[in-house]
Order: sequence, then structure tokens, then C-alpha cells
Amino acid sequence: MKEIRLHGRGGQGVVKASQIVVKAAVGAGGYGQFIPFFGVERKGSPVFGFLRLDDKAIRRNMQVYEPDILLIFDDTLIELPSVYEGLKEDAVVIINSKKTIQQLNIPSQVREVAIVDATAISLDIFGKNIPNTAMLGAFAKVTGLVDKEILLDEIAAEFGEKNRTAALDGYNRVQSTQLK
Amino acid sequence: MGEIKAMTGNTAAAVGAALSRPDVIAAYPITPQSSVVEYLSDLVHNGSIASTLVATESEHSAMSVLQGVASAGGRAFTATSSQGLAFMYEPYYQMSTMRLPMVMALVTREMISPCTVWGGQQDAMSVRDAGWIQLYAENNQEIMDMIIQGYLLSEHKDVLMPVNVCYDGFYLSHLVERVDIPEQSKVDAFLPAVSFDHVVLDPLRPMAVDSLTSGEVLMRYRMSHLEAMQKTLDVLEEVDEKFYAAFGRKYGGAIEEYRCEDAEFVILTIGAMTGTARDAVDYCRDNGTKVGLIKLRYTRPFPQQRLIKALAGKKGFAVIEKSVCYGWNTGPMYVETRSAVSETLSGLSHFSAIGGLGGADISLNHMISVIDTLQASLNTPGQKQTLWLVKE
Repeated sequence: MKEIRLHGRGGQGVVKASQIVVKAAVGAGGYGQFIPFFGVERKGSPVFGFLRLDDKAIRRNMQVYEPDILLIFDDTLIELPSVYEGLKEDAVVIINSKKTIQQLNIPSQVREVAIVDATAISLDIFGKNIPNTAMLGAFAKVTGLVDKEILLDEIAAEFGEKNRTAALDGYNRVQSTQLK
Repeated sequence: MGEIKAMTGNTAAAVGAALSRPDVIAAYPITPQSSVVEYLSDLVHNGSIASTLVATESEHSAMSVLQGVASAGGRAFTATSSQGLAFMYEPYYQMSTMRLPMVMALVTREMISPCTVWGGQQDAMSVRDAGWIQLYAENNQEIMDMIIQGYLLSEHKDVLMPVNVCYDGFYLSHLVERVDIPEQSKVDAFLPAVSFDHVVLDPLRPMAVDSLTSGEVLMRYRMSHLEAMQKTLDVLEEVDEKFYAAFGRKYGGAIEEYRCEDAEFVILTIGAMTGTARDAVDYCRDNGTKVGLIKLRYTRPFPQQRLIKALAGKKGFAVIEKSVCYGWNTGPMYVETRSAVSETLSGLSHFSAIGGLGGADISLNHMISVIDTLQASLNTPGQKQTLWLVKE
């Protein structure tokens, strides 16, 4: 089982993105689970969600405390202590950012950092900052946990063809660095 | 096998309701239930289901409308949560005491105050003595399956009581996971169109219903209701077996025992937390701890005999709950479980664990801490201090 924690801001599409990942996993015959954490529902406030993927039924119904993978939709969130908290040894961080690795205060247990400017992709395609589908493309490329074609089809079915393009851009433009 | 899809618990409830072909759905939105009836109203609007949808101005009216539907021999569905349930209480109680069958999804949520819209089981537990059958689902598959089972149980001639399918607000209502959707034709075979032997309300043949009743007669109503509740304990097991024969899934009836056979002691869980508890039991078993799990599926009727059997020979138990019982400094199902096994209680170590109120998380570590605390107390029988599962 892979445990993934997502951090974003209200309005960035964290919940929708995670639901798509679960649909893609189930569509490929696997298992997925997503629990959104709802705080105060307003645009811009920090939001998070808990995603699990496995090849067998997932039983636990709880938050993710020790993620294998972090998916961060907004790099200003790394100032919150809760974002990097509990990372497993050899964890993977996928982040929407224009920054360099040195500027991201990556914790020592992280094995791989993947940076994608999903906001730029989103602004190019939609004219606004909804980075979720570009982040999903990056997620598919870096982790290999979801089938790329199934994911793209789910994205297109849910949000339209422009989002397929955004996801493909995220897939192609993400830059991954091995730290260990 | 039907179609496999990823969906939320609320969608699973709505699909389960739609497959059960209700004549009327009446509802008023409330968090975290709203998307159940939103989904159903889409299905009605686009003609996918033939139900009539009544968008009422309150929960009180929703249940009142459905009282009319069930009185006239129709199949009724609604969903609510927390404050909505509180506002519904008057016709809610009357629904069961008029012995009218229906299924209501109760998407459990904490009660106010302080203000909260998040999870917990206090709403459902607070109405446990309102004459409804109450059961709790662990995952989205069980939600869908139990809505369908719920109708067969509710409309059974020896039961004739409304059923609450309770499931955790947010932790299931908004959780997305894989669900196997039963085929409509198989559901139709399992759950035939509703028909009653008794007289139903008909405007062409006017009659008085629920007239002013003296205490002596009213007591006979209550006796009969209580007896039917006890009979329900057998019927719900039959319904589960029938469901298994039709769909290949069963849930164990009133309780499910997990790794209890050779267990020294057990934890009891209700609803979505059970999945986490299974992982905790496996983890502790791997470390040599002989712990088992009892998933309390039905709280009304309360499965006393099955609990006596399941706890026979055990050294202790802890009941983990997302609600409180005022006046006892414990959770409500702890009080009822100890009451169920009162004859052997003196030899047991036992306590109540409370967590998950107002949407707080019950983690794997919480579950392990309950198991460790119980194991450490096995040599000194008696009630231990209530364990609050707060943030570590």
C-alpha cells in the first residue's frame, strides 16, 4: 500500500484530483481510497487530503500520518510544519513550484524531489491557477502508480480535453531529482 | 458481478436507494448528507428512476411526507444528519411507533455545541430508543448493500419497522473507494415490489389512523414493538444469508467477529473505524498478542445473545465509540455491552474508549493503544478508566 498526502489551497482542485486518481486505479482493476479533510470551506485556506493505493482492498479509515509520497499544490505551504511532518524514509515529494530544490527545505529522509510549474501550465491553458490536472500528470510520471492513459481518459471525461493537455504538460515537464 | 466503480459513501447510499426503487424520496439538505439526495434528485430529473421526489422545506416535513407514503403502502427513502435529525425527531419517533417501514440513510455527525459540522456518531446514538432499527456500515460497499438489505428487513411481516443505515459523516460520506454495484435485475429479484397483508391508507376508503389511545392499549403497542425488535434479531440474519445467496457478500448479521476464535480479549468497534481496528489487530497478532475484534453492526435491536457467545471465555473487552453517554462517563455502547454480559462481568477487565468526536481522527496508534491498555489490565478484573483517544 502506498500512502499519499496532498496539500493545497481551497479552490485548487485537490479533492477532484484525488478522486480522479482513485477512479483511474479502480478502472485499472486496483484499489484506491481518498479521504478529504474538510476544514473551513473557503478559497485559499490550506486543505489536505489522504490518498491510498493498493492492489488489494484498503481497510484502514484514517488520516495519513507517515506518507510515502507528498503532493504539494502550492509551495508557500511548506512553511507550515504539518506539510513535511511524518514523512517516511525514502519518501517522494512532488511539488508545484518555480523554486530550486535548495529553496524548498526538503527534509533529510526524502529520496526524490519532483518539481513542476503546474501553476504556469494552468495559467497558460486556463488563464487561472487550477493546477490539479497538471499535478496529476506529474504524479503519474514520477510514481508510475496509475496508468497514464486511463488517468488521461478519466481527466478528459471529468474536466474536458483542455485538462488532458494540462495533465500531459505536467507529465512532460516535471523535473525529478534523486537525492539518495 | 455487477459494475465496479469508484464512488463516495453518499453516492453508494444513493445508488443503493435507487436500486431499491422507492416510490417517494422526500428530503431537505444538510451536511454531510446533502449529496445523497442531490444525486437522487438528478436521477429523478433525468428519468433514470421512476420515484417521485419531494423537496420539503424541513426535515420535519420530509419525514411527515414519508409517513403518508408508508401509510399508503409505498416505499420511502430519505437521508439526514445531526441537527436535521434533531429537527425531524417528532415524526421520526412516530414513524417507528406507527410501525411504518422505510429506510433512512443517517450520515452520522457530531451534535452541536460547540458548533461543528463534522463526523461522530452522537446523532444516531441519541435516538437509539426511538424504536428504529439501527445498523452501522464500515465501508461504501456495505452502505450500498445494507440500504438494499434494509428494505427487505424493514418490510418483513414480522418486523415492520423503519431502518437507519448509519455511516460515518465525511470518513465514509466523502471517502471515495471501489464499490461493486449489484445488477438491477438481481436487486429486483431479491427485493420485490412492496406489498402488505395489512390494510393501508386509501383516500377512497377513509379510515382513522393513530387516534387518541388509552394507556392500557398503548402498552400493548409497546409490548408488540419490543417483541418485534427481538424477532428482528433472527430476521436480520436470514436477510443477510439471502443477500449472500443473491450477491455473494455477507456481513455476519448483527455482529461480525474478526480473529476472535482463539483471542484472549477483544475490542468492539462501530462503523468506519472498524477497518483501522482490523489493521491494528493484525499488527498486534503479528507481535504475539491474542486480540480479536467484534464489529457491532446492529445496535437496535441490541445483539445480546451473540455478544454473550462472542465474549464467552474472554478475559476482557473495550468498546471504542464516536459518541458519549452523559451520566455514565463512558460511551453508550459500552454501557449496553457490559449490561449484555452482566452475568460474567465480574471476571472481566473492561473499559470504554471515546474518540473521533467532531471529526477527530481515530488512528492506527489509537487502536493499538486501546489494545495495549486492555492487555495490561487483564490481571485485574473490573471497569477501568475511560480512555480518551485524543491527539498523541
